[in-house]
Amino acid sequence: MEKVHAVEFKGITKRFGSNVANDNINLYLDKGVIMSLLGENGSGKTTLMNMLAGIYFPDEGEILIDGKPVAITSPKDAFDNKIGMIHQHFKLVDIFTATENIVLGLKDEKYDLKAATARVREICDRYGFDIDLNKKIYEMSVSEKQTVEIVKVLYRGADILILDEPTAVLTPQEIEKLFFVLRAMRQDGKAIILITHKLNEVLSVSDVVAVLRKGQHIATVRTAETDEQKLTEMMVGHAVKLDIDRLDPKDVKPRLSIKDLTCKDKEGVVKLDHASFVANGGEILGIAGIAGSGQKELLEAIAGLRKVDEGSILYTPDDAPAAELVGKTPMEIKEAGVALAFVPEDRLGMGLVGGMGMTENMMLRSWNKGKGIFVDRKAPEELAEKVYDFLEVVTPSIDYPVRKLSGGNVQKVLVGREIASEPSVLMSAYAVRGLDINTSYVIYNLMSAQKAKGVAVIFVGEDLDVLLELCDRILVLCGGKVSGVVDARTTSKDELGLLMTKVGGKEEN
Amino acid sequence: MDFNLIGLIKAAVLNGTPLLFGTSGEILTQKSGNMNLGVEGLMYMGGAFGLAAAFIYGNAAGENANGAVAVLLALLAAFAAGVIGSLIFSFLTITLRANQNVTGLALTIFGTGVGQFVGELMRLKVGGNVSISNSLKDAFANPIFSEKIQSIPVVGPVLFSYNFFVYIGFAMAVAMAVILNKTRIGLQLRAVGESPATADAAGINVTRYKYIATVLGGGISAVGGMVYTMTIAGSVWSHNGLSGEGWVAVALVIFCLWKPVNALWGSVLFGALLILYLRLPLAFIPTQIYKVVPYIVTAIVLIMVSMRQRREDQPPAALGLAYFREER
Amino acid sequence: MNEKTPFIRLAKREDMPKSKVWLIRGGAFVLAILIGCLIFLISDTNPFKAYGTILMGALGKKTGFRQVIKNAVPLLGTALALAPCFRMKYWNIGAEGQITMGAVGASFFALKMYEAMPSPVLLTVMGVTSILFGAFWAIIPALFKSRWGTNETLFTLMMNYIAIGIVGWLQGGPWEGKPGSQIIPLFDEKAVLPKVGGVHIGWIIVLLLTVVMYVYMNYTKHGYEVAVLGESENTAVYAGMNVAKVTIRTAALSGGICGLVGFMLASGTNQTLYSDVAGGAGFTAITVCWLAQLNPFAMIAIAFLLAVLSKGASVLQTSLAIPSSISDILTGIILLCMLGCEFFINYRMIFRGHHEKEAA
Repeated sequence: MEKVHAVEFKGITKRFGSNVANDNINLYLDKGVIMSLLGENGSGKTTLMNMLAGIYFPDEGEILIDGKPVAITSPKDAFDNKIGMIHQHFKLVDIFTATENIVLGLKDEKYDLKAATARVREICDRYGFDIDLNKKIYEMSVSEKQTVEIVKVLYRGADILILDEPTAVLTPQEIEKLFFVLRAMRQDGKAIILITHKLNEVLSVSDVVAVLRKGQHIATVRTAETDEQKLTEMMVGHAVKLDIDRLDPKDVKPRLSIKDLTCKDKEGVVKLDHASFVANGGEILGIAGIAGSGQKELLEAIAGLRKVDEGSILYTPDDAPAAELVGKTPMEIKEAGVALAFVPEDRLGMGLVGGMGMTENMMLRSWNKGKGIFVDRKAPEELAEKVYDFLEVVTPSIDYPVRKLSGGNVQKVLVGREIASEPSVLMSAYAVRGLDINTSYVIYNLMSAQKAKGVAVIFVGEDLDVLLELCDRILVLCGGKVSGVVDARTTSKDELGLLMTKVGGKEEN
Repeated sequence: MDFNLIGLIKAAVLNGTPLLFGTSGEILTQKSGNMNLGVEGLMYMGGAFGLAAAFIYGNAAGENANGAVAVLLALLAAFAAGVIGSLIFSFLTITLRANQNVTGLALTIFGTGVGQFVGELMRLKVGGNVSISNSLKDAFANPIFSEKIQSIPVVGPVLFSYNFFVYIGFAMAVAMAVILNKTRIGLQLRAVGESPATADAAGINVTRYKYIATVLGGGISAVGGMVYTMTIAGSVWSHNGLSGEGWVAVALVIFCLWKPVNALWGSVLFGALLILYLRLPLAFIPTQIYKVVPYIVTAIVLIMVSMRQRREDQPPAALGLAYFREER
Repeated sequence: MNEKTPFIRLAKREDMPKSKVWLIRGGAFVLAILIGCLIFLISDTNPFKAYGTILMGALGKKTGFRQVIKNAVPLLGTALALAPCFRMKYWNIGAEGQITMGAVGASFFALKMYEAMPSPVLLTVMGVTSILFGAFWAIIPALFKSRWGTNETLFTLMMNYIAIGIVGWLQGGPWEGKPGSQIIPLFDEKAVLPKVGGVHIGWIIVLLLTVVMYVYMNYTKHGYEVAVLGESENTAVYAGMNVAKVTIRTAALSGGICGLVGFMLASGTNQTLYSDVAGGAGFTAITVCWLAQLNPFAMIAIAFLLAVLSKGASVLQTSLAIPSSISDILTGIILLCMLGCEFFINYRMIFRGHHEKEAA
């Protein structure tokens, strides 16, 4: 007879439009087991778990809980099946205490915060959570907030817990604490799924590892029987030939010299930690790393959009002495003659104005040009026409709000404008995310053309195959630190994968 | 003039009571994340309909008119007027997601219009002052405790010399504080005003909470208008008589930092400020300056709150924002 | 398909054809007029007669029409003033106070310095002072907003009543005419705005201002900054804009124009200053501005419509013995209906079972 599993996915498929996020996934998990769900960004981990948590509903296949097929159509259904998910973005009311948040929305018990606190306290003691239940959420560290989320799920009686990249926001000490309570929960017979892409964590806490790649379930292995090398291979797969034209760099010279660059976020968490490197003109410098490793902060600091807490950014033009960029506003950087182009990750929230047409979006770079109070519309309009023709933007008119264009066309507008400013440094973050193959190649070719013109191109990417074939050098960020800079022509996917998951690149596990 | 502290306190409490209703109602509304700037209009409607109810009843019942019935009818009429006004606001801002500021102002225009219209219409029909019989007036404005209790020195006049509405206003604000802070309903309502997405995810019906809080709050605010007309204005309709009362109530919401408990003393303080120029005229302070003190104090409170950034003192985090689940 | 799909689902839409948009707005207006009929019926009046009286009273006679224009001027001027603030998503609801302060500034010269200069100079000085006073009153909340994030909606609201109180004090104190009258004396002839076509020159000023504001919002660098900032602060910073500067400058501009409106009201309409000089125009204009979708030319039409209503209703009171506050009721109903109808333009309702058409 078949053994009954705590959770079993049978032939689960989920599509978003033409994109298959999960392709016929078969996977199971038993009670008292910690499973790591390992995969790169976009491999379908979160989608799969969202189906268990009631956020999405599968297109095909079924989910079995304790051997019985169930339909989970809402987070409430998930709760009823004793499933609880801790998302990356916490859903907590800031001015409430931990207990108030934990009991929020529960209707089947008497409203008595004292008694509830005692019950919550019991759960905390059982699993070793160390938290002040009367503390307000806004006074809490990220790790404490996460603890509240976990306790909330346990208080509602969850036996199956899903944690979506729980360690991304934690310090090493906090991670140790988290693993301690996860083990305690395992002891208690809970089934735990950890979505992650950090290999060292996988090895230190989980019993089994399920690896997803591009929506497919590659394998599930026992942690004891594997190692980092094998897991990396499964996660990144074999190198795929993409045939991106890569010219040999000519006339390479230092353009940006970054030294000890350190940035903290509003809460004082270090997001970029003494990063040092050089970006050369006539070269594409790829930046690899797990999402949230400091890529955004790095680019925004260079662009003058983010406060720098420490370090320097020296810009060396062809024919003038080097200039310091730290401490300058974007306008001052521009006025100092530094031609910096930046394609940010948040295209419609930062790089473009969604409600405006192409012409007015071209104006974002030129609005301040010229004397007088009027903004020049002619040049931007010509530029819009040029971008429209040259990049074959599909839009009813150049005055049609860009928000309504498809993702690829939005990106063409943005990249087209940035390149048109004849930059000496071109930075891009996830420039091909969500784009179709053809548009992606258009973008690659634009980047390469810029490089040939002597521009220092910084390309933050998530697809390692692309980074390997497009870039000349690749810098790897991990936890806000530079864990290595490698030659894109000689390195391998495995080497990148290892650098991405190991702080400093030197730690031995 | 002799300065009489006990007299001042009494007058402050009486003048503060309409504000207490107006403000408590708006606190309830704002706690759900809705900023209803129509309080001025709601209080006008409450004042006019409350008076009209008592007036019609008084005329119909003639000599047999019962004070308690008149008070009850006025209360119900005012409350119902507020409910209807805030229902319009709720439908537009919650269901149709119209801008809250603009809708609130439109409601103020509409409500003052309706209030004045009803008041003037009565005046035209009667052909003079709209007024109710003295015995009914007394039912609204006379103290409910016996002369004996009132004559206890100090305590008597300060605590036991007020009309019915002072005590139910007090009880209402205390009850609201308890409900907001000590019950599940209060917790869920505050969650809706702070973070509707979180409340939604926790299975709370955001729309229902917003509707109920806004409609009840509007009703309570409108009662404040009735209390003003029937007690302070002497149960007589006067054109523009209620002018500004609703805006003081909105100011008081901020001054109270969105806490009904603070409204208990805040309304007395504001009530005192409104009449201080009569009771404590100081040659070097012009009367009009007394009248702007509530607004100046409120503006200063607002500034200090934003500078100190103490989270408990901030407006509900989602105040003024429409909630649309798909935008998460 | 999942059977738990709600019965009606909402989705944003941005692609309704212009003709349909106007059909919906027209429908909302008709609905408002119909509800107005109901109000008339309740108060025992023939609605046709009532609407007829309003129209004839407002537009039938020259004097009536002049009054309409006089009423429309402050509404239009203030709505224009608010447009850039609202485009920036800065909720300046302090127009009432900014108008009042502008009137104070103008009145100072009208009352105290009128002997010192010839009329054109005096009027110019009054205009400039009113702009400065109004701008000053608007800058205070803007400063706190950009430095500490102080809620501008509530702060500007408080500033209204402080301004009104200041005038009340002037009325009964330093600027009082006859002792004990609580009234500020009428301005000297020199300090009164000249008339063109029977109405003070303010109507020409606000019409010019309409064009200027249209150009400012759509063709200048400032207008562009305001539009970008209103859409996304992140984008504004990305494009190198100084958020605090733009915020304060726009608030000052808005307050300045409100102040100018105050000057027109004090000098042109009332020829004196009193605490209700703004007379609610600052609040009504907010709804005018919003309903016009910040389009200056649309504001002309809406301000005119509301002015017709208020003038017409005053005739209604004299001829049909209906309280003139009916105009506030009708205005309120029109505003509420128009506000509500925007929903049907911005959202589409998807009923269960109907598949959403793929967007082209």
